[in-house]
Amino acid sequence: MASVSVLDIGRTTTRRQSLWRSLRGELKGSEYTWALAFCVPYLGVFLAFVVYPALYGLWLGSEPSLYSELFSDPIYQSTVVNTLLFIGIGVNLKMFIALLLSGFFMRPGWWVKVMLMIFILPWAVPALPSFISIHWMLNGEWGLLNNLLYAMFHIDGPSWLNERWTALGAVIVSHIWKWTPFWTVILLAGRMAIPTEINDAALVDGATGMRKFIFVSFPLLANLYLICTLLSTIFTLGDFNEVYFITGGGPANLTHVLATLGVRNAFDLAQPRLGVAAVMSALPLMIPLVIVLMRKLKTSEVQL
Amino acid sequence: MSTITVDTRLPSASARPGERMRRIARRRRYVMNVGAAILCAILIVWTLTPIYNIVMVSLQPHGDVFSDEIWPSNPTLEGFWVVITQGYWYLEYFWHQFGNSLYVGAAVTLLTLAIGSLASFSITRMRIRNGWVVSNAALLTYVIPQSFLAIPFYRIMQSYGLANNLWSVIAAMVTFATPYAIFIFSQYGRGIPLELDESARIDGASPIQIYFKIYLPLMAPALVAIGTYALLLAWNEYLYQFLLLSDKHSMTVPVALAQFLNSDEAPWNLMMATAIVYAILPITIYYVVRRRMTAGLTMGGVKG
Repeated sequence: MASVSVLDIGRTTTRRQSLWRSLRGELKGSEYTWALAFCVPYLGVFLAFVVYPALYGLWLGSEPSLYSELFSDPIYQSTVVNTLLFIGIGVNLKMFIALLLSGFFMRPGWWVKVMLMIFILPWAVPALPSFISIHWMLNGEWGLLNNLLYAMFHIDGPSWLNERWTALGAVIVSHIWKWTPFWTVILLAGRMAIPTEINDAALVDGATGMRKFIFVSFPLLANLYLICTLLSTIFTLGDFNEVYFITGGGPANLTHVLATLGVRNAFDLAQPRLGVAAVMSALPLMIPLVIVLMRKLKTSEVQL
Repeated sequence: MSTITVDTRLPSASARPGERMRRIARRRRYVMNVGAAILCAILIVWTLTPIYNIVMVSLQPHGDVFSDEIWPSNPTLEGFWVVITQGYWYLEYFWHQFGNSLYVGAAVTLLTLAIGSLASFSITRMRIRNGWVVSNAALLTYVIPQSFLAIPFYRIMQSYGLANNLWSVIAAMVTFATPYAIFIFSQYGRGIPLELDESARIDGASPIQIYFKIYLPLMAPALVAIGTYALLLAWNEYLYQFLLLSDKHSMTVPVALAQFLNSDEAPWNLMMATAIVYAILPITIYYVVRRRMTAGLTMGGVKG
């Protein structure tokens, strides 16, 4: 008997569930068939459109010779650097700005709510028109940005998209422009979920401003912040539209990221295997992220 | 020295510490407000510049697009008129393509709601054995970047003979929308007492009756949130639609919009006018359903 209770220490939840089940009764006969039938449509979609393409992709990219060809390609090398910069700088800067802005939007007052309505506009506008607009805005000769620079300071701005680093910078800044509102709203919801008692207690103890943020708000938000950063990293890794529409991978294919390089190899160069290989080379970075994230999403009590 | 000042202001001396504190607090509030106002100004300029650029270019006559003006000097609605009357050869089938987008959006919304709610009903309400397999499959799909599956997906659709068929796009979008739907539905469903199902079961209701008469009506808010999410996902997506639809008759609006970039001398004013017509629907939905959307987002997970 004693050994049973020792074993049960870590298992209270499963045991309670089975007790629960025995009270309610297992699904029987036709009910089980119904339950199974309800799952079938999703399982069908999953097998046909996720498992099958994934396995097919793995098979397409399974030749080792592809990777030696890929790694020796200078375009691929610059692509890896771009991808790391895009994710490293873009995602972290965006999340940090979102964290700070979510604090700003906690302020009371109707004008803060109006600001929030304006602020979420980049998220509401579909990606395609905004990125095409940014592409045109950054045109060296006729773009709005250089026209503004000239009108205000009489400076002739550079052709932003004709040089690798300014073009990559433009992509990162546009990413921040497009996605900060979304994450701000998420973090704002996280902040609102913090019970007011905690804030009041902190105020009574004399914590204000910076100290309250560091010792009270941030520790409570840390888990949410981490999950958001990981999710955003994965979404950004697969982001195709930004680079494709703002720089088109140019100048001279120097600003590709893995997602656009894969599509370029597969369709512009008509080498689908090489395209799959480019995408697959992100797996060493992606798999650990996916594992950590799946655990976090499943166990986390934080309401996202 | 100080004694003199104290002496001259003796009557107010008792009120002084409080007065001083209040003055400091007032000054501090003043500084905070000025800071907030500056931040607001920066945010407004930052948020609206690319959107202003869309509107400005769409209002320019064709000749003025290639000029250095930062304010449309002779604004005209001609661009919109051309779009509405399909008066340009890239826009030959604009309303047909708009209809395609609506069709895809409606189909994706309905299928996502049906498949997602059935699966979540089976997992969380009927507690099917090994239901965790389904929810893990969904979670895994959720954290795989969509664009990474694009190349194999394209080839599979080609081999099925579904190229240039709207259903290939619908399949892809449903695949990527259902995981989030299952995630949110499962979270939301936790708030609905299981006893309702139990009593219906005792009264002899079949699972399908419970699903239609109890589960779906109680899930209405989550259904609205996810329906909006699926519709916007299908409406805004570009990569899959671009790869799978290349025929003028089967194209959707984003593909038609990006087509403008193929020509050297793009009619930017027409392109931006098309972009605005395309963006009106999602923006309207965003602001109408915003509260429910953020409710959905705070309930469960995150997706852009």
